[in-house]
Amino acid sequence: MSETVSIVIDGVSMAVPAGSTILEACRSTDNDQPTLCYLETLTPVNVCRVCVVEVEGSRTLVPSCSRVAEDGMIVHTDSERVRHSRKVVFEFLASSVDMSLTDDATKGWMDRYGCDPTRFGPQAGPVADRDHRHAGHHHAPTGDTAETVSQPVKVDNELYVRDYSRCVLCYRCVEACGIDAQNTFAIAVAGRGFDARISTEFDTGLTDSACVFCGNCVGVCPTGALMFRSEYELRNAGMWDSDRQSVTRTVCSYCGVGCNLELHTQDNRIVKVTSPADHSVTSGHLCIKGRFGYSYVQELGDLAVTPIDEVLARARR
Amino acid sequence: MAVLGAGGGTSSYEEIENTDVILLWGSNARNAHPIFFHHLLKGVHNGARLYAVDPRRSESAQWADVWLGIDVGSDIALANAMAKVIIERGLANTEFVERATTGFEAYARKVAEYDLARATEITGIPSNVIEEMAVAYATADRAQICWTLGITEHHNATDNVLALISLALLTGHVGRYGSGLVPVRGQNNVQGGGDMGALPNKLPGFQDIENDEQRGKFEALYGRPLPAKRGWHLTQMFEAMQAGKLRGLYVIGENPAQSEADSGHTRQALEGLDFLVVQDIFLTRTAEMADVVLPAAADWCEAEGTVTSSERRVQRVRKALEPPGEAKPDTEIISLLAGALGRGWGNPSAEEIWDELRSLSPPHQGMSYQRLEDLGGLQWPCPDDSHPGSQFLHARLWDEVVIDPAPFMPVDWAAPVDRLSDDYPLRMTTGRHLDGYNTGVQSGGFDSPIRIGCTIDVSPEDGERLGLEPDEVVRIGSRRGEIEAPVRIDPGLRPGLTFMALHYPDDVDINELTIEAWDPQSGTAEFKATAIRIDKIAVGVQR
Amino acid sequence: MDLRFIGAEVSEGEREAIHAAVPAAEVVEVDGRVVRTDRTSLRHHLLPALDAVQSAIGYVSEGAVDEIAHRLHVPPAEVYSVATFYALIQTEPRPPVVAHVCDDVACRSAADLVGELGDRDDVVASPCLGQCDRRPAVFFQRAGSPDLVAAPATASEVSSVLDGAESITLEPTVDAGPLLRRVGRVDPGSLDAFRSTGGYVALARAIEMGPEAVIAELETSGLKGRGGAAFPAGVKWESVRKQPTGPKYVVCNADESEPGTFKDRVVLEGDPFAVIEALTIAGFSTGATKGFIYIRGEYPLATERLRTAVAAARNAGLLGDDVAGAGFAFDIEVRRGQGAYICGEETALFNSIEGFRGEPRQKPPFPVFEGLFGRPTVINNVETLINVNRVLTEGGETYAASGTPDSTGTRLFCLSGDVARPGVYEVEFGMTLGDLIERAGGAAGDLGFVMLGGAAGSLVDASALDLRLTFEDARAAGVSLGSGVVMVFNTEVDMVDIVRRIARFFRDESCGQCVPCRVGTARVEEAVSRANGSVEASLIEDMDRAMKDASICGLGHTAASVVRSAIALGILGEPQ
Repeated sequence: MSETVSIVIDGVSMAVPAGSTILEACRSTDNDQPTLCYLETLTPVNVCRVCVVEVEGSRTLVPSCSRVAEDGMIVHTDSERVRHSRKVVFEFLASSVDMSLTDDATKGWMDRYGCDPTRFGPQAGPVADRDHRHAGHHHAPTGDTAETVSQPVKVDNELYVRDYSRCVLCYRCVEACGIDAQNTFAIAVAGRGFDARISTEFDTGLTDSACVFCGNCVGVCPTGALMFRSEYELRNAGMWDSDRQSVTRTVCSYCGVGCNLELHTQDNRIVKVTSPADHSVTSGHLCIKGRFGYSYVQELGDLAVTPIDEVLARARR
Repeated sequence: MAVLGAGGGTSSYEEIENTDVILLWGSNARNAHPIFFHHLLKGVHNGARLYAVDPRRSESAQWADVWLGIDVGSDIALANAMAKVIIERGLANTEFVERATTGFEAYARKVAEYDLARATEITGIPSNVIEEMAVAYATADRAQICWTLGITEHHNATDNVLALISLALLTGHVGRYGSGLVPVRGQNNVQGGGDMGALPNKLPGFQDIENDEQRGKFEALYGRPLPAKRGWHLTQMFEAMQAGKLRGLYVIGENPAQSEADSGHTRQALEGLDFLVVQDIFLTRTAEMADVVLPAAADWCEAEGTVTSSERRVQRVRKALEPPGEAKPDTEIISLLAGALGRGWGNPSAEEIWDELRSLSPPHQGMSYQRLEDLGGLQWPCPDDSHPGSQFLHARLWDEVVIDPAPFMPVDWAAPVDRLSDDYPLRMTTGRHLDGYNTGVQSGGFDSPIRIGCTIDVSPEDGERLGLEPDEVVRIGSRRGEIEAPVRIDPGLRPGLTFMALHYPDDVDINELTIEAWDPQSGTAEFKATAIRIDKIAVGVQR
Repeated sequence: MDLRFIGAEVSEGEREAIHAAVPAAEVVEVDGRVVRTDRTSLRHHLLPALDAVQSAIGYVSEGAVDEIAHRLHVPPAEVYSVATFYALIQTEPRPPVVAHVCDDVACRSAADLVGELGDRDDVVASPCLGQCDRRPAVFFQRAGSPDLVAAPATASEVSSVLDGAESITLEPTVDAGPLLRRVGRVDPGSLDAFRSTGGYVALARAIEMGPEAVIAELETSGLKGRGGAAFPAGVKWESVRKQPTGPKYVVCNADESEPGTFKDRVVLEGDPFAVIEALTIAGFSTGATKGFIYIRGEYPLATERLRTAVAAARNAGLLGDDVAGAGFAFDIEVRRGQGAYICGEETALFNSIEGFRGEPRQKPPFPVFEGLFGRPTVINNVETLINVNRVLTEGGETYAASGTPDSTGTRLFCLSGDVARPGVYEVEFGMTLGDLIERAGGAAGDLGFVMLGGAAGSLVDASALDLRLTFEDARAAGVSLGSGVVMVFNTEVDMVDIVRRIARFFRDESCGQCVPCRVGTARVEEAVSRANGSVEASLIEDMDRAMKDASICGLGHTAASVVRSAIALGILGEPQ
């Protein structure tokens, strides 16, 4: 049953299980590749294009996250063509999106490729109309600035915020809200082209949308565009301190499904809840109770109110 | 599930992703078990056909290919009629029935009493739909029946479960990958609690307290005799309290003053006790009545231990926070209590306690903390250190020679105890909201943007007939009590059916209404079938 | 599924339009005791549902989104997501008649209608409307009445149509060869007229020969796809024919949206039965029983004629369960695009038919293996298809004798801009660019530049007039015949403005899915918008390379082509 195919990646011959993607083949040998939209638990959408590689015989570069390895394939992940495309794609992203909270690995790749996102000109400031632009219509630019997706943060509920100035449109949240996990379909990509954006129907607030506040979109966001309210408030207060945080794996206290939780704690308080993507029960996904229903263990009335409690309380109405 | 030898769901969540027909029966898993429902939906997206049997067209039922809106408490009539169809059409797995079961003839005679016409009369479901579901289930390569409290919160809960198990035996849909019986558990360790022997008649690992040999192992290790007779289950305890036969009560992590049916009676019983100790992380309504309150740590994040999920997966809980004040883990409190009672055993760690349990409970033998850590949990039975855990149960039923065949247990339908009448013409059933949990002491603690609070949900037809407006506060009466709640119109309800969620007893104590009628075998009360009336209070009163 | 609705009221008109257009996912039985739900197969009705409301009401309200969501079991957020992808679907209230005034490359140098009409909420600027032969063009969406086109249009005519009048369009200029012989001469509404002029001879021949022989004939003919990729049609058909049984599809790509292109419209308006016949042959030859014709929404007349013709063919037994009494089933559904250039990309077109945003798919898998609805699919454009009729009528060898060995047959060229007689010119492959322009009466004014192949093609100057118009010569010259666009600009035209308009076009029409195209098209437009038309060539080259290499589809691959050719020709220069 376990058929394999032979491919050559960067001069290294290897046999991988049939059906493996090029990315899986690369990662099986510690030949890591940059990814943004790809996540093991979601269907590859191959839209970010930072994982493109050169396959001999192919006219264009191919996305390693979704291209299945074929017998005899010869792949280059570090050719000049590959480096050039990845560099420009990262520059496109960083010139249009606030990537300051993107993971260190991504920043490392950008350094490695010598990205200079400023070469398209100074970044344009925030705008308020991105949710109301019409397909096929935009104001002609002057060329003096580089357009960005910068816009006001959406804070419309107690549990999480949406800062689409940080959105790289990786579709992960849409997939997690949709058929890959939650099947609630509260959000989708609306509009077109540079004006495409993640949106509820008619840009209605989350509380008026189909959202069930499972937080699975937040759980998969790679850039901090979606952020738990607790983290958002602590960051705003300058108190978010990942060096002082620890992560403890446990099991949700609610129903009998047995979802594993990762409790991120700081100063003896839970500040964030995630779930391990590699766990067979959750695949990293939770419900509103598992994700947010922890506050009963740390609302202690007169027992103790610490500075962190005061900040966390700001999320409450 | 006892007829099959062990009390646990037979299948793993993964299997529902790869099955062909799913009967979701008496379960709104979309709300009550959302992550289990993720697995179920994977199955649906992979092409499984989903039948939802539920009086309400719940969020779960809306995903179904076919929703069957049965009358509350008519499940056995439906299951038996399906069995009759399956047998008559020659769709029973006769090879499996002959080899792996006993009692088929008596079962066939019983279900023969449930022809389609009778089933339609009892359930309200047209005969062609019953036939369709029966044929789909029987002819599927793989099929699962999943249920929750819609099956078990009835006066005849055990019979309901037996009726479903019999369908699986009849068709051979158990003991194979992708086919099985899946009761999804309502609380994070209700499975583990039972596995650990927190049942009136069981010792850990489903060993019988009345079996001398099995009990003897424990007596030998503990060095003292144990009671050789089964204890009372919860409902029997309350009866004993009312009869004055039970005078002292030690309650750990339960809130019976609010969670039990007919709460007026329950509180009376608790008040009549000589001595009540409550050990909890909250000062619950029950704790308020206690003589002594022992503050407990939240085991899932302030202590070490294990819990067991609905797929029999034992997993570690770990300490992430220091418990507040003087709160202590339950194990430590019990150890201290033992010491205070002069029978101290020190203060063993959670792992030490677990290792003792493993030495006594065969299905847990192979589950060291290290293995649980390394493997992300293990599913029982896991009899030794090299065993990978059991994805599904009862594979033995497919052995060439079945040592211990599974018995068919024929059951009869019986109507809900609380009859509808001219005075109480509406059926009220209960359930969970997505963001709520039991009596709300945990789930009430966070700000949910989708919390709608306690409402009496009525069908659009009844709303119109009774002249009810959304949010209008009405009086809801049963034969036991009266409460008030605002109205919510739910198009998922049929005329005559109403619904209330149970998470808001501090606002609206719906257990003033529910009936204490309980299942003699499991002790579960009939929360799902109350006869009520709804009266307008006064024109224009809005909450 | 457990949909949550917006909770908005749907109007009676909206409800009627939706219910008439699409079926319902839920069937409620026995007093609401049983509900059956079709969970999977209705999504592809989404665009027709949106079209129905847009056409009847003029925009898609929250109530209409709720109703569509409920009817088709598509979540409201996804209905909105799809609706906002398409320029012809509006989700905000709008005047009942709206003029889409073309300000694209051909029309903008003829008149400034947008400027003349001033700032009004019933006038919007539009990309190329495919009416370049009779510029300037305007397309009207009219709530409750059929959409229509005015070309050439004046500002006063636009105003009168906005006030309720009808409009007039000129008949096209056609220089016909074998493919266009009926256009303008034979009644496009009459099946009899079609048959009496050789129509359905090819199908009869195909049935007589059988599928394998039809495909062999196509391979003999050397017919290559006219959509841009020049892929051999016979090979494509054979790939699908060889797929195991099960649903297969044949699709006619009539989403002609490449700026400067209007030949398919002329065919569809003038000879709709020819397209139907050819698609039927495709179905017969590949084993597909269902065909789709996806036609751009801005072609109301062609759509109407096509639908009329499909109905007539069905009535005559030439579509249906037993086509022409030959014992095979085949039928055709006409689908209307809604204003998205990208849907001309074959996989985006599939997504659009399936009820999703018109986002292209990564290839492989190729459509012949996994196309429409994930099934093996032949997709050909209009011009390619009607060549099939000629191949089967004349025979493959005769066909192959025309044109050049590597570019057989004739080609339809769209002559527009500053030429004396704009129109569709059917010429054998091999004519030079200069001769073709002369055939259209020559350049009007002094020839400056020619846009060859479309906005995704390139600009050339007079030095290219000797280019022989064949696939192989074009490839050798580093240009593309694309969709047959030959748009002439005389020396009076502000070419920097033209290049900017093209950059704007791609910024507007990028689907937004992949980063290189989504951001790249915006950056390219910014780069060409700087003062004095100055541009950093190296920056453009860097962007173009990444867009060509890393974009998902052809839009990104070609979006900077014209800009790069403009730099090469000195239209855009380095900053001083």
